[in-house]
Amino acid sequence: MAQMTMIQAITDAMRSELKNDENVLVFGEDVGNNGGVFRATEGLQKEFGVDRVFDTPLAESGIGGLAIGLSFTGFRPVMEVQFFGFIYEVIDSVSGQLARMQFRSAGRFNAPVTIRSPFGGGVATPEMHADSLEGLVASQPGIKVVIPSTPYDAKGLLISAIRDENPVVFLEHMKLYRSFRQEVPEESYTIPLGKADVKREGTDLSIFTYGAMVHESLKAAEELEKEGHSVEVVDLRTIQPLDIETIIASVEKTNRAIVVQEAQKQAGIAANVVAEITERAILSLEAPVLRVAAPDTIYPFAQGENAWLPGVKDIVETAKKVLTF
Amino acid sequence: MAAKKDKQFDPVETLHAIEDKFEMFQILNEEGKIVNEDANPNLSDDQLVELMTRMVYTRILDQRSISLNRQGRLGFYAPTAGQEASQLASHFALETEDFILPGYRDVPQMLFHGLPLAKAFLWSRGHYEGGAIPEGVNVFPPQIIIGAQYIQAAGIALGFQKRGTKAVAMTYTGDGGTSQGDFYEGINFAGAYRSPAIFIIQNNQYAISTPRELQTAAKTLAQKGIAAGIPSILVDGMDPLAVYAVTRDARERAINGEGPTLIETMCYRYGPHTMAGDDPTRYRTSDTDNEWEKRDPLIRFRTYLETKGIWNEEKENAVIERAKEEIKEAIKEADAAPKQKVSDFINIMYKGELPFNLQEQLAIYTEKESK
Repeated sequence: MAQMTMIQAITDAMRSELKNDENVLVFGEDVGNNGGVFRATEGLQKEFGVDRVFDTPLAESGIGGLAIGLSFTGFRPVMEVQFFGFIYEVIDSVSGQLARMQFRSAGRFNAPVTIRSPFGGGVATPEMHADSLEGLVASQPGIKVVIPSTPYDAKGLLISAIRDENPVVFLEHMKLYRSFRQEVPEESYTIPLGKADVKREGTDLSIFTYGAMVHESLKAAEELEKEGHSVEVVDLRTIQPLDIETIIASVEKTNRAIVVQEAQKQAGIAANVVAEITERAILSLEAPVLRVAAPDTIYPFAQGENAWLPGVKDIVETAKKVLTF
Repeated sequence: MAAKKDKQFDPVETLHAIEDKFEMFQILNEEGKIVNEDANPNLSDDQLVELMTRMVYTRILDQRSISLNRQGRLGFYAPTAGQEASQLASHFALETEDFILPGYRDVPQMLFHGLPLAKAFLWSRGHYEGGAIPEGVNVFPPQIIIGAQYIQAAGIALGFQKRGTKAVAMTYTGDGGTSQGDFYEGINFAGAYRSPAIFIIQNNQYAISTPRELQTAAKTLAQKGIAAGIPSILVDGMDPLAVYAVTRDARERAINGEGPTLIETMCYRYGPHTMAGDDPTRYRTSDTDNEWEKRDPLIRFRTYLETKGIWNEEKENAVIERAKEEIKEAIKEADAAPKQKVSDFINIMYKGELPFNLQEQLAIYTEKESK
């Protein structure tokens, strides 16, 4: 076992799959010699050659088209969109093309493509870099969407994403890249997509969350514990499809829930989680399910972001409303 | 101080010099006479007859498809008459292992690349079986998003290159398609990697109603390839021999590792954009139609083949009869396709295990559909 940051775990997952399957290709803007703007692909071109780890011209849509075409010829592309804010430039390839390949060809052509992309606030990036746009792809049938919150999860989930026969969007929160280290096995392992993880057990309230908000929620749970509340934190890990079973089991145990996301209230996946709970477990609820989310404005970048991003205080406040309802 | 003009780079002059080089390449003129013997691809008599057969077949298929559409027996249909040389003579230069990424008007090339006609009809009707391309047939269902096929062709070409496969990816768009960002990204990516791709622009003069002149200031569409650093050529798209010859050369360069080519085929669609209500009289005159019909690919190729003594009315009628018969059979086959169920749609969404939400919905629809 080694102590790894999330970015190291992500590199390690790609290295593992480049070794495991010669059809795996890694490409995107600056991913080759430069090792990616965050060094996620550091050393991979040197180890596996320019034929398998390569730079592309600066055009996101072209990168998406490349991934589709390469999958037609039996490759397993791992493409990088340098920042997820650039997804609009390649949304046709993702939602219009990749998501539909299997359906349009009634199974003749599938698209085992992984789209890796950094996103998330709190690291003072320029405009259009930090936005939480996961809801945009999560609402498109045919795509799975994964958002890890720890180095261990990142490696196991990325390996599963690469091995999946369907397109998977794998979103990496920039604030988590180097924020802490964790024991990560050096060998290859997988974590199934579509399975949530209970990061902290509790009996009074469930918090459903993902990405960087998992850590904010864990901090909030600690504060609430000091006041005598036992809070469960469920890391969704895959936001499409949702792990309904784990969500409902948790609600049936605690009878109270909130959903926490970094995305604006009108975006993200929180509304879906609330809808699933009300459809399936309304009689277990002692209080309405509330959301903690960013306000429905455009993302205010850099200096503006800290006033805007949801945090521990917001989570504690909302949790108390539900706990005392 | 007076500028030394003669020593300065003159951007206007340079532009004109480049544009003037894009003369339309032709081998067989409107009268069916060879005007460029040096470039004659010297197809065998059998090949000439086969190419003529395919063009006649496609003209009949077009006529029948239009009438089947009007009877409500076909769905979406984009007429092809006028573009037979552009479509079929370019395809004639391909081999089975080559991959075609068609636009929605490019169904004929798919058929001659091995797609059963009944599948094309099912696709037109919106039956999922229409997209189920048989194994070994290297085509993707027709692209609806104009330009998307260009970037995907760059990807397939790169895949062939990485695998060492001696094959090309060929894709088609129209004059309007050259205004899309994906058009530039596709030719640029293939150029940057020197991948074996052939990009065809079927310049049929109108993008639905918008005339070619409104798409761009460029004098030709072919010259757009120059900026991507790839060989580019403007060809008479109603001359089957010229279209064949330039595509064959492009393929040869591609499989020899010399990278992609951009081909503009100058042609015309006689019919409407699609059968979904487009009325060409709103944007074209019958004078223009008549001008182009004089350049018809079938007329000139027929004359050429008849002069060579390898084609006659009897042969043509036999092709027409066979086409009608096969169309009738294919419609019957398409009619026999199973009624589509929601559970079918769910089952083709993912490869492998269905996600939880769809498993649940599959159970609901299977139950409903069993009643």
